[in-house]
Amino acid sequence: MLTKEIVIKTDKLTKKFGDFIATNEITFEVYKGEIFGFLGANGAGKTTAMKMLIGISKPSYGKAQVAGFDVYKQTEKIKKSIGYMSQKFSLYEDLTIKENIQLFGGIYGLSDKEIELKGTGLINKLNLQNEADKLVSSLPLGWKQKLAFSIAILHDPKIVFLDEPTGGVDPVTRRQFWDMIYEAAHHGITVFVTTHYMDEAEYCDRVSIMVDGVIKALDSPGELKNQHNAKSMEEVFIMLARSAKRGE
Amino acid sequence: MRTLLFLLRKEFLQIFRDKLILRVIFVMPVIQLILLPFAANYEMKNISMTAIDHDHSEYSRKLINTFTSSGYFQLTEVSKSYNDALKVVEDDKADLIVEIPQGFERDLIKENQSKIMLAANAINGQTAGLAISYASTIIRDFNNDIRVEWIQAPRMNAQPIIEITSSNWFNPKMNYKYFIVPGVLALLVTMVGFLLTALNIVKEKETGTIEQLNVSPIKKYQFILGKLIPFWILGLIVLTIGFVVSFLVYGIIPVGSFLLIYLFAAVYLIALLGFGLLTSTFADTQQQAMFIAYFFLMTFILLGGLFAPIENMPDWARYLTYINPVSYFIEVMRMVILKGSGFTDIIRHFEIIVLFAITFNTLAVLNYKKTT
Repeated sequence: MLTKEIVIKTDKLTKKFGDFIATNEITFEVYKGEIFGFLGANGAGKTTAMKMLIGISKPSYGKAQVAGFDVYKQTEKIKKSIGYMSQKFSLYEDLTIKENIQLFGGIYGLSDKEIELKGTGLINKLNLQNEADKLVSSLPLGWKQKLAFSIAILHDPKIVFLDEPTGGVDPVTRRQFWDMIYEAAHHGITVFVTTHYMDEAEYCDRVSIMVDGVIKALDSPGELKNQHNAKSMEEVFIMLARSAKRGE
Repeated sequence: MRTLLFLLRKEFLQIFRDKLILRVIFVMPVIQLILLPFAANYEMKNISMTAIDHDHSEYSRKLINTFTSSGYFQLTEVSKSYNDALKVVEDDKADLIVEIPQGFERDLIKENQSKIMLAANAINGQTAGLAISYASTIIRDFNNDIRVEWIQAPRMNAQPIIEITSSNWFNPKMNYKYFIVPGVLALLVTMVGFLLTALNIVKEKETGTIEQLNVSPIKKYQFILGKLIPFWILGLIVLTIGFVVSFLVYGIIPVGSFLLIYLFAAVYLIALLGFGLLTSTFADTQQQAMFIAYFFLMTFILLGGLFAPIENMPDWARYLTYINPVSYFIEVMRMVILKGSGFTDIIRHFEIIVLFAITFNTLAVLNYKKTT
């Protein structure tokens, strides 16, 4: 699965807000088709780092390329190549499922035919045939999140960024959600995901753990557990995050 | 272009799905046009008065009759003394006291002059002023009447009298509704254009959907046009509803051209939408946006010349109206609807409103960021 083709590459990427260094010279690479877990305590700088990568926040300094495009100059090209789904549910609640699919399909430049085809496929896969013309607001949270993820990868992006996608979702739905992530990765979509759930960290191919704006560890979950002599990712995380000075 | 169409479709779907907003958009013009012109009437009718007649003569009764039959005054109580009359005023039963002294008729006939005392409740200065001025007019008329009756046709008028008669152009009956309605129409367009745009964009910030749009390849101009065009159309629809209502209720049809009004309204809306967009860039929540919008709307409307004439404002306030887009629109509406002004008459207004449109939109676009 790991073809070692690099899709995200950062070099000392930094974001400062005044004197506060939210993200401090982070350097890492993400390979095509892998599930990259981006962990860290609250306030560690995960979201800031992600925002720079998806082109909605300008870095203070450092270099980064996403899908082969520069985060300073080619943000519009980056935006075409990625999908994004945030913890804050972000489909339009007052539009129906179909209307949301049409809107986001249209925004990413899919043709009417593609929208129709992919939209139907998506609805069938999620078993939402009966709900297709209902408002999104009428769906339970778990379904909404699955729908949001499906719409985020509707345009076959190279990379999909997931910012705590399973927050507030029950364990069964979370499991189903991860099945969808695996499937996407299997189709060659790189998954860049932040999470607070350490069991989810175990599902990732590689994880990085951020503490106080810097990357403290980066490896496969198995390797990290070995290095730290820990039984679970949770232990690894607690060991590393204990040194954190920034509170919540 | 195709992206813009998708965004427009989304916007219209959302607007027409929000039943409350929709109701407000359609009901507001009707209610405001029916209520405001009646409420904002500067003409006073039925000012309650109390009279103290110490004379009980034919003339004193005639004078009181002239008051009550004028339509401006209503005799609510007859008082015995000035103190009684004051009590009536204190009880809020009258706003004007007319005291006719003993010997009113006799003095008038014998000495050719007599005195009457008027006292007005000045808690509401405007009512008091109007009451006194109406009363003076009535007394003058009464005076003329009895002179005609008493002084038998003088061959030559000893005192040449310059009589002033006035006629009111463009609104001959001094119907205040004609004056208010164009202003209310301007107000409606302002509310829809400004408030709805600001709130709509901030709502996307609140729900987080704006972030989803920001990470998509939508261009800034597409997003902004996608927001402005629907509310631009909505504003013109509200104006149209307003015209229908003002015709049905007041029979008002613009003397000037509809085309000119819509042309001006179209540019005006662009300015106001830009201002709404600018407001939204400063607010993170709908509550904040609402407060900012209210501050400006109140100021714009109070200094817009809808209720208080701009000519009566102190200098500093008059200068403020120069930077108030609403005052230009209200003025243009009145000019075109009541006077039938043509394009050349409002060309200065046009230039200024175009300037507003450019300024507001430039500021808004500069201030609207897809990145942080």
